[in-house]
Amino acid sequence: MNLKIIIELSFFFVLVLIAARPFGEYMYLVFTGKKTLLTPVFTPVENIIYRLCGVKKDDEHTWIDYTVSLMAFNIAGLLLLFAVIMLQGWLPLNPQKLGAPNAWLAINTAVSFVTNTNWQAYTPESTVSYFTQMAGLAVQNFLSAATGITVAIALTRGFTRKETKHLGSFWVDLTRTTLYILLPIAIFGAIFLVSQGVPQNFSPYTNAKTVEGAQQVIAQGPVASQEVIKELGTNGGGFLNANSSHPYENPTPLSNIFEMFIIVLISAGLIFTFGKFAGDLKQGRALFYGVFVTLILLVLCAAWSETTANPLLVKNAGAKVSFENGNTEGKETRFFGAASPLFSVLTTVTSCGAVNNMHDSNMPLTGLIELFDMQLGELIFGGVGTGLYTLLLFAVITVFIAGLMVGRTPEYLGKKIGPTEIQLTIAAAIFSSILMLLNSAIAVYVADAVKSVANPGPHGFSEILYAATSAAANNGSAFAGLNANIDFWNISLALEMFLGRFVPIILVLALAGRLAVKKATPASLGTLPTNDALFAVMLVMVILLVGGLTFLPALSMGPIAEHMNLFAALK
Amino acid sequence: MDNKQLNRISGKMLLEAAGNSIIKLSPDKMWAIPVMFTVEIGAILTTISLFFGIFTKADAAGIILTLHISVWLWLTVIFANFAEALAESRGKATADSLKKTKRDLMAKKVPDTASREFTLVAASTLVRGDFVMAEPSDVIALDGEIISGIASIDESAVTGESAPVIREAGGDRSSVIGGTKVLSDFIVYRITANPGESFLDKMIALVEGAVRKRTPNEIALNILLIALTFIFLLAVATLQPYANFLKSTFTVTQLVSLFVALAPTTIGALLSAIGIAGMNRLLKINVLAFSGRSVEAAGDVDVVLLDKTGTITLGNRQADAFFPVKGVGEQELAEAAQYSSLSDETPEGRSIVVLAKRKFNIREHEFGSTDKVNFIPFKAETRMSGVDLNGVMIMKGASESIIEYVKSKEKNISIPGDLQAIVESVAVKGGTPLVVAKDARILGVIYLKDILKGGIKERLQQLNLMGIKSVMITGDNPITAASIAAEAGVNDFLSNAKPETKLALIKKYQADGHMVAMIGDGTNDAPALAQADVGIAMNTGTAAAREAGNMLDLDSNPTKVIEVVEIGKQILITRGSLTTFSIANDVAKYFAIVPAMLMGMFPSMAPLNIMRLASPSSAILSAIIFNAVIIPSLIPLALRGVPYKPQSAARLLRVNILIYGLGGVILPFIGIKVIDMLLAVLHIV
Repeated sequence: MNLKIIIELSFFFVLVLIAARPFGEYMYLVFTGKKTLLTPVFTPVENIIYRLCGVKKDDEHTWIDYTVSLMAFNIAGLLLLFAVIMLQGWLPLNPQKLGAPNAWLAINTAVSFVTNTNWQAYTPESTVSYFTQMAGLAVQNFLSAATGITVAIALTRGFTRKETKHLGSFWVDLTRTTLYILLPIAIFGAIFLVSQGVPQNFSPYTNAKTVEGAQQVIAQGPVASQEVIKELGTNGGGFLNANSSHPYENPTPLSNIFEMFIIVLISAGLIFTFGKFAGDLKQGRALFYGVFVTLILLVLCAAWSETTANPLLVKNAGAKVSFENGNTEGKETRFFGAASPLFSVLTTVTSCGAVNNMHDSNMPLTGLIELFDMQLGELIFGGVGTGLYTLLLFAVITVFIAGLMVGRTPEYLGKKIGPTEIQLTIAAAIFSSILMLLNSAIAVYVADAVKSVANPGPHGFSEILYAATSAAANNGSAFAGLNANIDFWNISLALEMFLGRFVPIILVLALAGRLAVKKATPASLGTLPTNDALFAVMLVMVILLVGGLTFLPALSMGPIAEHMNLFAALK
Repeated sequence: MDNKQLNRISGKMLLEAAGNSIIKLSPDKMWAIPVMFTVEIGAILTTISLFFGIFTKADAAGIILTLHISVWLWLTVIFANFAEALAESRGKATADSLKKTKRDLMAKKVPDTASREFTLVAASTLVRGDFVMAEPSDVIALDGEIISGIASIDESAVTGESAPVIREAGGDRSSVIGGTKVLSDFIVYRITANPGESFLDKMIALVEGAVRKRTPNEIALNILLIALTFIFLLAVATLQPYANFLKSTFTVTQLVSLFVALAPTTIGALLSAIGIAGMNRLLKINVLAFSGRSVEAAGDVDVVLLDKTGTITLGNRQADAFFPVKGVGEQELAEAAQYSSLSDETPEGRSIVVLAKRKFNIREHEFGSTDKVNFIPFKAETRMSGVDLNGVMIMKGASESIIEYVKSKEKNISIPGDLQAIVESVAVKGGTPLVVAKDARILGVIYLKDILKGGIKERLQQLNLMGIKSVMITGDNPITAASIAAEAGVNDFLSNAKPETKLALIKKYQADGHMVAMIGDGTNDAPALAQADVGIAMNTGTAAAREAGNMLDLDSNPTKVIEVVEIGKQILITRGSLTTFSIANDVAKYFAIVPAMLMGMFPSMAPLNIMRLASPSSAILSAIIFNAVIIPSLIPLALRGVPYKPQSAARLLRVNILIYGLGGVILPFIGIKVIDMLLAVLHIV
């Protein structure tokens, strides 16, 4: 690691630090219906939408109504998306004349985009039409992001409201998220990306002759409009197979910084939105710094690991490769240095899953960090909305243990954490972990799945573990090297994505409902402070401990073993 | 109850607990503690694999390791059972002595309150509403309420307090408890409890732990532990398939060991002992909690209502000064005051006589035979008392009452202009002004001073530190109340309190999200006691009050509420600290077991053995032994509770995190290394 990398990283982190709080406060205004700069522009649009859909603005939902509305909306979206994919051959904007894919693949893809995962078992260029991309996948990129945010807001209201059954209206929250938060940035961002060279057209693919005389098909299309929401909504599904390492998705260092920035923008901001709702920004600040510092440490580890070349290569190549060259396999030369490891960590700590380098080619320790990021529950900023609510689940667990140590029934923001609350919390917090462990264990016994793995030994195991982890965490990034387009993976990962998304959501909404009806105990000297550095440290410890204890044995047999083997081979 | 009984752990108790910990191995009993139940299954699995290994003549080193692990796993379970059994045995000893009291009680049943002709019946045949008479050396057969008579009663069988108490018909001290002994006089009481539901029965059930239900917080913690156990179980169980992919395999012993090391066994083993021990600690300070829930609520209390009289101030006020009105000498006032109080046997009255004597050397008057003396006792309607001496009326009483009195004597009397000012100045000081009048002439004011109880200020300060708001309840006027409140250092006060206002105050605090504790004794306290989250009834109180509260203070000491709060907190702190410790321990156990397990598969893992443990086998065994022996080592702490000193939550957390969190990470590294070295020296594996 050198000074250049440190400066690049510092620049990025300062950017996040500056933007998170004001943006969080802006989102608070949006969700409390207060006036913002955009109110005059969007209120008429909002009202038209409500009138068309028959939504009454002030009709608030109980947690059950909220859940039913959310599930109905998402299942309808799932069916529609599946239909669009299967029927794309008859639909417009299909210059490549792409037909219906394998039904399991279509189901996997539909589930993947509705659950904000964007696991791509398909190659976009040769599988989905422009219409499917724009009217199907991109629409879900917006809606699945908005869905996650509504859940986080509902839970926030559960913590901060008193003695009420109402958690707000799902329809209003969904509409406001889309109109006031996602759309403006998406529009601005798309224009910016076009300025950087990202295409936005409906043209058929170009057949080009390369300098060397070979034929090349250059895929293109309405990339820019889909690119922004891919990062902003922590979706991650690339318009093109190579995702953000493709020059049409991510052409310049500036576009790279921009894309990384909007991956964390909403999730980082929402933590302050929570603080605003709590009436004490410090509550948000403690959570924010807890995850922010953890993120920096993870990035530093990854950057250190990736900027050191593979020792075997150094040993065998003699003087031609030195450690300072770093690990260059699977990377775009323009993203050498900090840009690749930073992107990799950001995309895995959030539920984004976009990549600007190939994770399979990373050093084992980087792979370890990527896996671990997801296994921790994607709460270090995390996915939009999902990050905040998962972080709050762990805050509740922390409060539960620490609160006992001060001699009071544990409480968070004055809400007492009793048996039912802890039941819902812990179930929601560990549910995805169960899916990850189970599916990777099952895969080992499925011949097709074993065959789909490119590498033997620990690295091959990492590939299996990564797929099972990425799906349940709704991340969607892939440790390539695994042929995911087989029935076993399509079906089991679709199940993982669906359950890993909606089971925690339902549990979280139930928790929100339970909390909202409770009284709040006023804070006193006897109350455990949850807005200071000590709480932040404890929170991070609990997160690392629960995640670490659950996954370290598995990780030991994958990336850790690979790392130890690699360095042992030097001797 | 004999307090010493609760402190002592006799050899017999240890032996009994050891026996019980074996009986508790039965799976239907283990099931109640899921974490330990999984450990027992682990022990069964390794034991099976041990025999399997012997029959298939597997390699000797593997068999020996499995043997050791099996033994230590069984010990782990037994240690856990022992902790619980030991906690229970303390209660059992007390229960046995109570049961002795109860046995073979006979009652002198009478047909009505007037009758003295009794039939001797067994206490167990009595029903609610029966009348029973009791004479000296009779034992009260069943809980009841005195209908007629007065008696001194020895309640030591129940309360451990040897000084007899007076019980009499009517008023707030009319209840008698089954099992207590009449020392003098004669009473008739009406049975208020059915057999089996009496106070003594309840107490026996309580101390035996027979009705001990898990408290909400205990249930919540148990859920968390089960969830952690489940996910760790899955994490370990999936390792075998993973190994399969890597064309390798783990032994049952390795997998079970890893799981047991990970599972939160320490807290799982001690959890129920902590709860039982907490109840025992309450018993030790002579408080009976009728539900575990209320003990826990005590830890949460953030508002405490304290009666002024008897809690914050001594029960009796004392005369401190005489303030004559203009034109009257102090001595004249003192003399009149003394006259008016001669018949007043209340401590206040006595203090007036004493003050007059001290200040002006006025001797207690001996009335001559010629004097026509007629004492006028205090009446609630007139709120005055005094003396009619040869036709001269000398009265003292509340200012309004005396003014009314003199006006009634002489319509056009003028009230001294400075009286109001004097009365107010006394009230502002927190005193009670008593106005003295001789016939229709007002002489001045006696200043009755409230005396703060020794040590109460410090107690209240501690409450403050704990973040608990203290509220003083008094019938005094607001000015007097404010002054005493400021002097004692309570946060708030309720003046002119009536039972209804007390109840309303509790409801108001609860509506704001507070948890309220109060202590009370009178019948009119019952609604408030029932409403409060922690209602401590005094043993001297009425049956109604005792029914309404969820705790009973056998010593009837109103400051006890503070100790109850501390014990409530201590239970939760002990639970939290041991949970933290238990989970923090996992880090070191991981570093011992995981590399040891994987070294067979990947020899390159050797550098991860950062503790430099002798061999993979000794690493695993050391971790399991540490995991087992930490349980009995922590039993004393679980039973005694983590030391608690009143302080703010933030500071308390820092201390406990340091000791149980950081300590919990470091200690097992040392412990496991030491055990490993011992194993190497002894050539065990």
